Amino acid sequence: MLVLNRKAGESIRIGDDIELKVVSVEGGQVKLGIDAPKHVEIHRQEVYAAIQSENTEAATFSENLLDLLKSSKND
Amino acid sequence: MKIETKYFGIVEVEENEKIRFEQGLPGFEGYRSFVLLPVDETGVYYALQSCEEPSVSLIVVSPYLFYKAYEFELGEQMQLDLGIGKPDDVVVYSVVTLREPFKESTINLQAPIIVNVNNGKAKQLILVDEVYQTRHSLGHEEGGEQHARP
Repeated sequence: MLVLNRKAGESIRIGDDIELKVVSVEGGQVKLGIDAPKHVEIHRQEVYAAIQSENTEAATFSENLLDLLKSSKND
Repeated sequence: MKIETKYFGIVEVEENEKIRFEQGLPGFEGYRSFVLLPVDETGVYYALQSCEEPSVSLIVVSPYLFYKAYEFELGEQMQLDLGIGKPDDVVVYSVVTLREPFKESTINLQAPIIVNVNNGKAKQLILVDEVYQTRHSLGHEEGGEQHARP
């Protein structure tokens, strides 16, 4: 992993069209500003990871639960 | 074409029934081509089955059957990516995580699956605001009608 030191107000550039700016640093919290093309999706890592793990978990269940769904009727 | 499925054996699938996740699904980034197979007789539950990997199959439902007031905005980029021109193009599904006992099962309202039914393009949207989470109850009380039948 590339590690760079930056102060508040300084930026890094990723490729031709992504700018990542350190807006402020306060009490152990860094505020980042991201300038990227609209087609580049930006997510908090833990949110993306939560969706990944929920999908993975959703794809794994015991088959008798599926049998339960298959036999369910509107009554 | 015939595909091998996780729960239904070999299934014949028409090319125009396939839905395509150009960027894959979080957790299953390597797979692009899926098909929706009905699970129950009344058409509430569907299996989102990978056409490429038999073991990848997720249960999805229409979230509005469970949460009538569910709403979110489809951004411009999303509409562009999926070629969405009008509201009728769009069908929304939510991933269900089945658990035992069944009443512990949950629905992921934070990451709806958006399908353009006219061209089969699909994408799992990750909502930015935190009103909706990955695990809402399937058998919740509000909203009147009860759909989590088993």
